[in-house]
Amino acid sequence: MKIWAKTLSGKKSNMELLLEINSLTMDFGGIRALDHLDMQIAKGKIVALIGPNGAGKTTFFNCLTGIYTPSGGELILHTRDQVVQKLNGLKPNQVTKRGLARTFQNIRLFPSMTVLENVMIGHHCRTKAGVLGAVFRGKKTRYEEARIINQSYEILENVGLSSFVNEFAKNLPYGAQRRLEIARALATDPQLLLLDEPAAGMNPQETDELNELILKIRDQGLSIMLIEHDMRLVMSLSEYIFVMDYGKKIAEGAPEKIQNNPAVIKAYLGEDIEDVT
Amino acid sequence: MSDTQVILYRDVKKGLLVALWFMFLTFPIMVIKVNPIDKIIIWRWQNMFLVGGASFFLYLFSQIFLRKRKTSSQGDQAAKPSRLPFQQALITESKFFIPALCLFGLFWLSFPWLFSTYQTNIMITALMYVVLGLGLNIVVGVAGLLDLGYVAFYAVGAYSYALLNTHFGLGFWTVLPIGALLAMLFGILLGFPVLRLRGDYLAIVTLGFGEIIRLILENWNEFSQGPSGISNIARPGFFGIDMSLDAAISYTYYLMICLVLATIFIVNRLQNSRIGRAWFALREDEIACQAMGIDKTKTKLTAFALGATWAGMVGVIFAAKTTFVNPASFTFLESAIILCIVVLGGMGSIVGVILGALILILLPEYLRAFSDYRMLVFGAVLVTMMVFRPQGIISNIRRTYAIDEDLGQNTVRQKE
Ligand SMILES: Nc1ncnc2c1ncn2[C@@H]1O[C@H](COP(=O)(O)OP(=O)(O)OP(=O)(O)O)[C@@H](O)[C@H]1O
Ligand SMILES: [Mg+2]
Repeated sequence: MKIWAKTLSGKKSNMELLLEINSLTMDFGGIRALDHLDMQIAKGKIVALIGPNGAGKTTFFNCLTGIYTPSGGELILHTRDQVVQKLNGLKPNQVTKRGLARTFQNIRLFPSMTVLENVMIGHHCRTKAGVLGAVFRGKKTRYEEARIINQSYEILENVGLSSFVNEFAKNLPYGAQRRLEIARALATDPQLLLLDEPAAGMNPQETDELNELILKIRDQGLSIMLIEHDMRLVMSLSEYIFVMDYGKKIAEGAPEKIQNNPAVIKAYLGEDIEDVT
Repeated sequence: MSDTQVILYRDVKKGLLVALWFMFLTFPIMVIKVNPIDKIIIWRWQNMFLVGGASFFLYLFSQIFLRKRKTSSQGDQAAKPSRLPFQQALITESKFFIPALCLFGLFWLSFPWLFSTYQTNIMITALMYVVLGLGLNIVVGVAGLLDLGYVAFYAVGAYSYALLNTHFGLGFWTVLPIGALLAMLFGILLGFPVLRLRGDYLAIVTLGFGEIIRLILENWNEFSQGPSGISNIARPGFFGIDMSLDAAISYTYYLMICLVLATIFIVNRLQNSRIGRAWFALREDEIACQAMGIDKTKTKLTAFALGATWAGMVGVIFAAKTTFVNPASFTFLESAIILCIVVLGGMGSIVGVILGALILILLPEYLRAFSDYRMLVFGAVLVTMMVFRPQGIISNIRRTYAIDEDLGQNTVRQKE
């Protein structure tokens, strides 16, 4: 624990723990997709999770967000009000409510809803209006609706999508769809944002914009965990890196250390070594 | 461009094959006519050629039409790559919409005076299907849960009025909310076991549920008097005033109009609310929906429960209108028709579902002129519709929001 805190940035004092993963294991029939994974994620940092294809990165996200139920291990979240909570066995919506929001590797927007509505959906778990509220549309409900719309619009402005507000999500260019996924996740008011290959399929310019966006989000006080194959992006963004292969964590540390780690280079052999070094 | 205008040799060949196929298909009903009295068979060969010719030309026309549409839509896409559908503007544009609405309103209000009791009765039925369609639209169109047993809730409503009225003498207005609540209860009852199911599996289970309810009503004689049904149910009362049959029918008509208006109002508000958005999201992508913090269980159950509530209410009105219920009114065919209304009208669109219901219920009535071919024409209309407009009459219209930032702060105007 102490060693980890030192390597992260040297400043031990403001090193607050956000998420602890202890011995997380996930089996699919005979396949062990996650093998006793241990991780500790600090608050307010950009952390990257890398590894070759099929290493189990997406599976890790799915276990963390409740889409899969892990076969073993513990997920412990330190919430904003200093409460320590186990995430195991929670449903995806309960995990989201506790402050973890994610994007998907293969974009999962609501295609036939408008861009604004997509973001408005994100507010669902932070708002209350029920059936009766919807029918009678009292002052409270109207106020809440207006607030949802305003905040959603603000988020869209933040990610640079305000010109698409009333567009169907499916009509957006690819890069914009990826950013809309981030906007939608931000609307759930998370403390940890989980991004699964946000730069996949983006051109260099879009990737640069994404880079800026992620830094901006971090500066607003969110923690970010990022799965990415684009090593340039990973190295420029992340303050700490975890490396996985075959469901196991094979290395962790600051970007410079990871670049020269022999185990990591070995895992990536067969892929483009240029990218790693 | 040139090959999109002319009829190709290929099309003619295919058209001939289509014609042959239709001639073969319709041979037994169109050509052979058995006269059982004289024990002879009349061969009506001219019918065969009629069918052949008609299907050949219809095929050619459809080909030309489809191709034209394809090229024009390609042109459209190049011109304006991304726009909300045209109908959206049409329906959200108030200067077009309001006068039309007034006209419609006048027509509907004066209907019982303008037309015969018979016509009014048909219109009541159509309005009942409007409400049923809007109810099922919540489940199928909005929340995307394929429910093939919707008629079960309709039956629950109808039988709750029939039984409570004949056994306990409860009046229409007392049972209306009771029937709605009972149906809602059944909606939740069905909702629980099918929460984990999706798509085809959900369809099969709901289909089974609908049949179970019908079979119970058919076989539990002591409870529901079996297939012979329950008769002499009281018509809807109005402060105990005795009404002539004509007046009672007009009264039921206005009752239905009120229910339709209330339904439109409530369903519209629901769709444009936090709950409604959650339903749409559930339809679009279940996993993403959950990951966005929406409780799948709760959302599905509310959809089932609310959808069932409308069916229950219409059920009560149905029993009161016909003064007689038996299980034959609640077969799978009913569920199928209501589903057709939703699909034909356009999933998730209120205006679409209303149009769908009116077309699907009134068309067969006014097609009686075609006597025997009534259902054939009806089927043809349905098939054509689904071929040329698979997304329904009115397709997915989303609400738009106008946002202006003049005052340094976003003030939101909401367009409906
Ligand atoms: N639902 C599932 N059922 C069975 N096996 C699965 C399932 N999901 C993932 N796996 C397996 O788990 C392993 C890890 O997959 P995962 O998608 O997590 O890899 P990844 O690291 O995200 O790869 P990529 O970089 O290609 O996205 C793979 O071998 C995959 O086949
Ligand atoms: Mg993956």
